[in-house]
Amino acid sequence: MVLLSFDWFLIIEKAILISIVIVASLVIAMYETWGERKVAAFIQDRIGPDRAGFGGILQPLADGMKLFMKEEIIPNSSNKFLFVMGPGLAMLTAMMTSAVIPWGGHLEIMGRTVPLQIADINIGILYVFGVVSLGVYGVMIGGWASNNKFSLMAALRGASQMISYELAMGLSLIALLMLTGTLSLRTIVEQQSTGHWNIWYQPLGFIIFFVCALAECNRTPFDLPEAESELNFGYHQEYSSMKLGFYLFAEYVNMFISCVIMATLFFGGYDIPFVNDAHLYEIWGNWAALAQVVMLMAKVIFGIFVFMWIRWTVPRFRYDQLMNLGWKGLIPLALANMVITAVVALLKYNNWHF
Amino acid sequence: MQSLTNRVKPVDRKPMTFLEKIYLWEIAKGMMITIKHFFRRKPTIKYPEEKREFSSVFRGLHILNRDEQGRERCTACGLCAVACPAEAITMEAAERKKGEEHLYREEKYAARYEINMLRCIFCGLCEEACPKDAIYLSQTFTPSNLTRAQFIYKKDDLLIPDPNKDPELYAKALGDRKKPQ
Ligand code: SF4
Ligand code: SF4
Repeated sequence: MVLLSFDWFLIIEKAILISIVIVASLVIAMYETWGERKVAAFIQDRIGPDRAGFGGILQPLADGMKLFMKEEIIPNSSNKFLFVMGPGLAMLTAMMTSAVIPWGGHLEIMGRTVPLQIADINIGILYVFGVVSLGVYGVMIGGWASNNKFSLMAALRGASQMISYELAMGLSLIALLMLTGTLSLRTIVEQQSTGHWNIWYQPLGFIIFFVCALAECNRTPFDLPEAESELNFGYHQEYSSMKLGFYLFAEYVNMFISCVIMATLFFGGYDIPFVNDAHLYEIWGNWAALAQVVMLMAKVIFGIFVFMWIRWTVPRFRYDQLMNLGWKGLIPLALANMVITAVVALLKYNNWHF
Repeated sequence: MQSLTNRVKPVDRKPMTFLEKIYLWEIAKGMMITIKHFFRRKPTIKYPEEKREFSSVFRGLHILNRDEQGRERCTACGLCAVACPAEAITMEAAERKKGEEHLYREEKYAARYEINMLRCIFCGLCEEACPKDAIYLSQTFTPSNLTRAQFIYKKDDLLIPDPNKDPELYAKALGDRKKPQ
């Protein structure tokens, strides 16, 4: 009876978790588009979309409808296979990162402990980095396959920008990892659950990470791959209908995921501040886990708001400024941060003896 | 070079200070400005539900007026068409027959009277030119139509409802706009 020794419960539990996470990320990405328009409007003294549903709450559905109804155009001179694959790849890599993120503590269901995480692998951060760097393929392939000068240029820009900023991002994280001593995201969150959030130890590291996250998500001020005024929309210029929608959507999913990772690494993840979470579990049971998920979402939504706030404040960088900032500004800073952290960590390890 | 006015401002070309060079502080200042706007009261007027307050002499779409007995005032003299700088008005005159005295006030009337609203610039000169107080500009605006032809307003579109039969509609079409003296 090989079949019975298989842990079917685990598979069902993970399948349910995966569907929930995917649906949740998509819905959140949808409402990010609405939020973006609202934030933009409010910052510009307007009120934004308010016609579809109460306060424009159905606007994302209307937008989605519109994108689905549009004519699908595949340019004759494009490489058809890659042209279709581009947006899919962008979406896939955007969604894949969510696998290692701890969304909350654990639930007790029928005597089983169900962790609210799809896979608690011990190299969580490395996995995130691996997948995030794959994200550039969506941009590259889409831009190249459209066989259009502007798209190609945008793809090149996107690739070089992502590579440059990933470096600084990685370096800023090394300092953080020296303090936590682990690569598993859940362990990192649990270490912070005493209220000692990593941002207090790594403020500089956080700023570098934040700037790089903006660049990785192609958000303003680093949205050079899709600079409308210079490149006619950049790498998705030739795309129409839902393929375009996928690119735009992937960008928002990316934004969501990077905010989640930021909250996890620097803001205590699902930890509820000023409250002993373990104690809460004794009182509330499963509700405590849900409260933790809500807490994480609150942090993430604040992060997303800051992303949007920055987007509607800061103009786009020039390309040489972008590269200067990345290579001459952020990387040396990240290196210095790393060395200082290393020295302090070593001293502390030696009980402050030289 | 000597400047012609004393309003010239020299461009500030000082090199950036350290604070400016690392951008962060300046960006934080900018973000403070935008967040202030975020919480500011919005000047938006939600159009179909709310309407902007108009000046009492606002010039909107035209109406052809009637007198107290509900007779058309226009006598097709053509003065409005002559006055119109945009040449938006066309008309055809006809003679009043016996038994039509309750319809037209004068012996001659406009059988056809058209205003092309796409040409009209809403200057109000037709209103000033009219010796019979027949044409008025009302407070109605933003007409929308699907074709250009529909923007040529016929007499049916322009004539005001009869004050004796439909006093309410008549008052509504007239609005509380004052005719400029
Ligand atoms: S408002 Fe001016 S432009 Fe319009 S019909 Fe009258 S005279 Fe002509
Ligand atoms: S509207 Fe007035 S000016 Fe124009 S034709 Fe009629 S009476 Fe004459």
